[in-house]
Amino acid sequence: MADKKVKKEKIARQVMPEQEAAVRAKNFEEVPMGQSLETAIIEASRCIQCKKPACVEGCPVGVDIPGFIKLIQEERMSDAISKIWEKNSLPAVCGRVCPQEIQCEGNCIIGKKGEPVAIGNLERFVADYERKKKSADKPKKAAATGKKVAVVGSGPSGLTVASDLILKGHEVTIFEAFHKPGGVLVYGIPEFRLPKEIVFSEVAGLEEIGVNVMCNAVIGRSMTLEELFADGFDAIYLGVGAGLPTFLNIPGENLTGVFSANEYLTRSNLMKAYLFPEYDTPVIKGKNVITLGAGNVAMDSARTALRLGAKTSRIVYRRTMDEVPARGAEVHHAEEEGVKFFFLTSPVKFSGDENGRLTTMTGLKMKLGEPDASGRRRPLPIEGSEFDLECDLAIIAVGAGANPLLTKSTEGLELNKWGYIVADEKNGKTSKKAVWAGGDIVTGSATVILAMGAGRQAADSIHEYLSIGW
Amino acid sequence: MFKIIKRQEMAEGTVILNEIEAPLIARKALPGQFVIIKATETGERIPLTMADTDPENGTITIIYMVVGKSTAIFRDLKEGDSYMDVIGPLGAATHLEKVGKVVCVGGGTGVAVLHPIARGLKEIGNDVTSIIGSRNKDLLILENKMKIASTKLHICTDDGSYGHHGFVTEVLKDILEKEDIKMAVAIGPVPMMKAACAVTKEYNVKTLVSLNPIMIDGTGMCGGCRVSVGGETKFACVDGPEFDGHKVNFDELILRLRAYDIEEKKSYDHYCNLQKA
Ligand SMILES: Cc1cc2nc3c(=O)[nH]c(=O)nc-3n(C[C@H](O)[C@H](O)[C@H](O)COP(=O)(O)OP(=O)(O)OC[C@H]3O[C@@H](n4cnc5c(N)ncnc54)[C@H](O)[C@@H]3O)c2cc1C
Ligand SMILES: Cc1cc2nc3c(=O)[nH]c(=O)nc-3n(C[C@H](O)[C@H](O)[C@H](O)COP(=O)(O)OP(=O)(O)OC[C@H]3O[C@@H](n4cnc5c(N)ncnc54)[C@H](O)[C@@H]3O)c2cc1C
Ligand code: SF4
Ligand code: FES
Repeated sequence: MADKKVKKEKIARQVMPEQEAAVRAKNFEEVPMGQSLETAIIEASRCIQCKKPACVEGCPVGVDIPGFIKLIQEERMSDAISKIWEKNSLPAVCGRVCPQEIQCEGNCIIGKKGEPVAIGNLERFVADYERKKKSADKPKKAAATGKKVAVVGSGPSGLTVASDLILKGHEVTIFEAFHKPGGVLVYGIPEFRLPKEIVFSEVAGLEEIGVNVMCNAVIGRSMTLEELFADGFDAIYLGVGAGLPTFLNIPGENLTGVFSANEYLTRSNLMKAYLFPEYDTPVIKGKNVITLGAGNVAMDSARTALRLGAKTSRIVYRRTMDEVPARGAEVHHAEEEGVKFFFLTSPVKFSGDENGRLTTMTGLKMKLGEPDASGRRRPLPIEGSEFDLECDLAIIAVGAGANPLLTKSTEGLELNKWGYIVADEKNGKTSKKAVWAGGDIVTGSATVILAMGAGRQAADSIHEYLSIGW
Repeated sequence: MFKIIKRQEMAEGTVILNEIEAPLIARKALPGQFVIIKATETGERIPLTMADTDPENGTITIIYMVVGKSTAIFRDLKEGDSYMDVIGPLGAATHLEKVGKVVCVGGGTGVAVLHPIARGLKEIGNDVTSIIGSRNKDLLILENKMKIASTKLHICTDDGSYGHHGFVTEVLKDILEKEDIKMAVAIGPVPMMKAACAVTKEYNVKTLVSLNPIMIDGTGMCGGCRVSVGGETKFACVDGPEFDGHKVNFDELILRLRAYDIEEKKSYDHYCNLQKA
């Protein structure tokens, strides 16, 4: 056994080929180019098939990681994908965007001494392989139950609920406010990180098995929950995300050239402003761009700005690199592409010219004080340390809140003090009968996999309700 | 797809009316609400107020001025053609209240937005005096409809070719001077709304305006439509589009509406060249 371990550790982690930084910083094609069958099998062979796999414990939905890796090693790709599908219906997405370094890979035993098994890359590999080959048997649909479920929002949590419940024999309709389904996967995360074709093919798969997708349906405006019930829906799932932009409330914020990350990314991704004027929606292409915040949203914004031709793209963050919440890979990619980081800096005001266009951001230097409630050292302003940064585009990516559009129009739905929906942690039940909620609208901005996990739990609970009762 | 069942040209073809099949929207829409329309796969999301709705026939009516690429694409659609996406009803409905004497001021295509509000105000028992204006006689729209929707109608043209020779604000001042007006509604180009509010403020008459900032989603998720009202930032698509005109920062709105003037021109020229080719 000890022998075997030593041998496995000797094989180096297979490197995913990537577009070169200087080239990719000017195009919107995906950065990692995918790996070959050969390297995937070599990578799979690095897994020592732990009896008590720590990786699985790190996976929020408990994918049988050693199980699918073994099947890859045996070149049984359709069995490998079926294994993943048991727990995760969007592996092509998760393989690309999950924060593996703090989940499965962060726990991997091989990673204690060397580099962990590239679980994310392998997940992505099988999913892409299957999408091209279409060889695996799709999960079977149970007999029709005659029950109707409305899923509000087509982000990862809504898609998961729809997929689970259609397979259990219920009739499912997804209502999406935008003209295209996919939620953040489509309007937020850029093409170079998650090609939209992948998301659309997932949705098309759901439509093939009978899910009805209704876009342009703003629930709360086009229809209320009461009207959905009156129209014959037996249960409703709310997966509307955390789609409310946060602004900084500092002077000059309404100057032309100051955007919320939501607006900036929606213009670029959903409306395809990067293909303007072929596509009709424009976006301001800054020369000197500042992004405020340091999460995934900020990295995506700063990297998009480079691709739209920015000379400088800078990230301004109140804390330090140690506190940066973005995925490791994103920070690394951003740095490689030339994004510069200004740590311990807080924005104070924006200034503009006589046409109301942004020209300058004034920042204030910070220092780290005592640890706060979260255990992170609190940034404190250094008096008199204001300085100016020239910029013609500023993107505010400091978090999102709960959009009140739907919750305000719904009676009997309990909200917490920030306006998020209160839902049972185990099953997603809300205070309103026959209404479930999950994903970012319950937890606040989190991750794709947590939104999917919440969707799975709610789907189980909805199924139970439709079979037994509330 | 949302089929155009009726198309009509107004104001020498610069303004177009479309009646569109959209039963779910028609069923819910209230005066003052708008829709977002996208004509094609590559199109922009364009907000337009519903000038009318017919819940029984399941249609909504929009009236828009051709000002750039997207509205030019809309113009080129014929009866029987379809819009790809229509989203709504969006925005808060007009708060209609019986207050007594009301004055409604409309300029340009703003008259189309004003009409259902004037009609609604009259229906609930207000005495509605309306003033509508345009650059010249041929550009005036909805004269007859406004006549029916109002107790009294005044018309102004910049060049004097019809009605009062001059701006709507001149007639407005005259009416405020002579009559006991309780409330005003002013809808039209931003400079007109700004000027009308300056007049009504002198007489301390509460004035409702409908703002038209650049929008994307229309559901409060992007903040692109933000306007300053009474020193606070509001999202016009959900908090509005109607606001207390005496509190609106019109100058900021004017600047924000110019955010893409270079790109818009490029886009329109690109379209016109394609049409010529
Ligand atoms: C730019 C960006 C980058 C990110 N990067 C990562 C990453 O790398 N890894 C990761 O794990 N997570 C990432 N996240 C977070 C992740 O995307 C979210 O946690 C996840 O998408 C939440 O899923 P959801 O289904 O709850 O909601 P969403 O994905 O937000 O979907 C909600 C959907 O509901 C629709 N909707 C809202 N209101 C209504 C209504 N009234 N009626 C009908 N439909 C409505 C919305 O239009 C939207 O399509 C990122 C987020 C952003 C914004
Ligand atoms: C709530 C609301 C209701 C409106 N109702 C009407 C109406 O009933 N009739 C009518 O004629 N017009 C209405 N407008 C204005 C209309 O949306 C714009 O004229 C239209 O978007 C112009 O698009 P374009 O591509 O043809 O012109 P462009 O060349 O793109 O722009 C011309 C002007 O329109 C403004 N504009 C551009 N894009 C948008 C956008 N996405 N959203 C809003 N404004 C934009 C710009 O500031 C510019 O000054 C309304 C706007 C709003 C916000
Ligand atoms: S912890 Fe690492 S080595 Fe162990 S089963 Fe998981 S992936 Fe394989
Ligand atoms: S249009 Fe996006 S918030 Fe109003």
